[in-house]
Amino acid sequence: MSIAENRPVATIDAEEASRARRQTFEQIARWTLPAFVMLSTLFLWDRLVVWNEIPHYILPGPGRVWNSLVTDWAMLWDAAMLTGRITLMALVLAVAGGAGLAILFNQSKMVEMSFYPYAVMLQVTPVVAIAPLIFIYVSSKTVGMLLCAWLVAFFPVLSSTTLGLNSVDHNLRDLYRIYGASRWQKLWLLQIPSALPYFLGGLKIAGGLSLIGAVVAELVAGTGGVGTGLAFRIQEAGYRLNISRMFAALGLVAVMGVAIFAALSIFSHLMLRKWHESALKREA
Amino acid sequence: MPARQISPLGQRTPLLQLEAVNKTFRGDVVALNGMTMQVQEGDFISLLGPSGCGKSTALRLIAGLMQPTSGRITWVAPQQSGDLGVVFQEPTLMPWATVAQNVWLPFRLRGKSYGEVKDEVLEVLKLVGLDKFQNAYPRELSGGMKMRVSIARAMVTRPKLILMDEPFAALDEITRFKLNNDLLELKSKIGCTVIFVTHSVFESVFLSDRIVVMAARPGRVQAELTVDTPYPRVDEFRTSPEYAAHCRAASDALHHAMGIAA
Repeated sequence: MSIAENRPVATIDAEEASRARRQTFEQIARWTLPAFVMLSTLFLWDRLVVWNEIPHYILPGPGRVWNSLVTDWAMLWDAAMLTGRITLMALVLAVAGGAGLAILFNQSKMVEMSFYPYAVMLQVTPVVAIAPLIFIYVSSKTVGMLLCAWLVAFFPVLSSTTLGLNSVDHNLRDLYRIYGASRWQKLWLLQIPSALPYFLGGLKIAGGLSLIGAVVAELVAGTGGVGTGLAFRIQEAGYRLNISRMFAALGLVAVMGVAIFAALSIFSHLMLRKWHESALKREA
Repeated sequence: MPARQISPLGQRTPLLQLEAVNKTFRGDVVALNGMTMQVQEGDFISLLGPSGCGKSTALRLIAGLMQPTSGRITWVAPQQSGDLGVVFQEPTLMPWATVAQNVWLPFRLRGKSYGEVKDEVLEVLKLVGLDKFQNAYPRELSGGMKMRVSIARAMVTRPKLILMDEPFAALDEITRFKLNNDLLELKSKIGCTVIFVTHSVFESVFLSDRIVVMAARPGRVQAELTVDTPYPRVDEFRTSPEYAAHCRAASDALHHAMGIAA
């Protein structure tokens, strides 16, 4: 999309027309096809339950799940709010911690060499295994849950930001040196903008992971005054063989995950749309 | 800002000299062997040679990005920030910054706000013919336009010396010819000295008043030629017998440097 070109008035030839048709079709199909898949799955599910006379405490039909969602809405909404709050707080902390550590590691090789292996170790140890220990030493459930979710979510931000900070164009680096840039000028004007696309990639992964972390933490923490998030509701409904409520709560968790991913994707696009290749629309 | 006065070749004031400069990598790879060169104010020097002849190494040494293993590089007057501009083979623009912000960079790194130097930035953009694109992002520009921004950035501080490392090698020939012409015009307007690395004989003859022919393994100076055709040089120069003769001489020297009989 060059500004320099003065295009003649367009006449649409056969190839262009067929491309336009294909594009319109794809745009419609992008939404209608998944919707069709969903509707037919719901229909099959319903028929399966009815034809086989499966009892609702083993597999409820979609209608029952919907009813449960409506009748238990107040309770499920409260639970979703709690899980959502923990998830978002953990995500904010993961971003601050991950990006902060990445900058710190980048500024001091010694700090990086000392602590990076332990960051990796924290990442590769499953959070389910660490969580029980955390809840022994941390008395506040909220803090404990945040810590669990943070442990899962900070690493993608750390590793992708680190990669980004080190991916500065060599010639630009030389140019900054020739013009006598200070360490902070180099960090602020060159490295951080270079790292932004990498950071945003890590952020999208961290969004999903902080939800996983929050759910796992709730399952481990169990009930204790505050612990009535979605995961806890799923567990509790399971004990009571209220399978339709389990499905309803699970649906809400999935919707939350999708919402976080969509929000972060839009954010990322807005940050990069002016200059980055990933946000560039190609002609032809 | 008025251009610095350039006296004719021969009576110029010295700017920089290289004395027996050696550069060795990893203990045994000799990138540059005993390079001695005088640079005078107003010179347009081309370093011409095959790949591996140390021409880029010489440029990096002059830019202060590397230190010589032995020998000396001395600036006659002490070098100040902004005395040196650099243009790389790639345009090397910051993709997240607009054209004007990219050109502002050398000033910005010296702590000057955009408001303070806006006039200089817009003036140099006008010189390279891109003043209308000051708010465009690099990805919206063609290859030749990006290179113009890169040249504007190198020139915005009115440096004494501009180092150019094969800046037009990746461009098509039509764009390259145009940029060659424009570069000479810009140089005369700003009155700077240029050291220009290239492996094109034609480009070096068209642009420079001195051609330093270099040979590879080890990288060294093989010959120095003078192109005494006065500036301004225009397109007609490219088709003149004089140009052909200089190209022939440079080509012979280059063949000799590469160890091939002319």
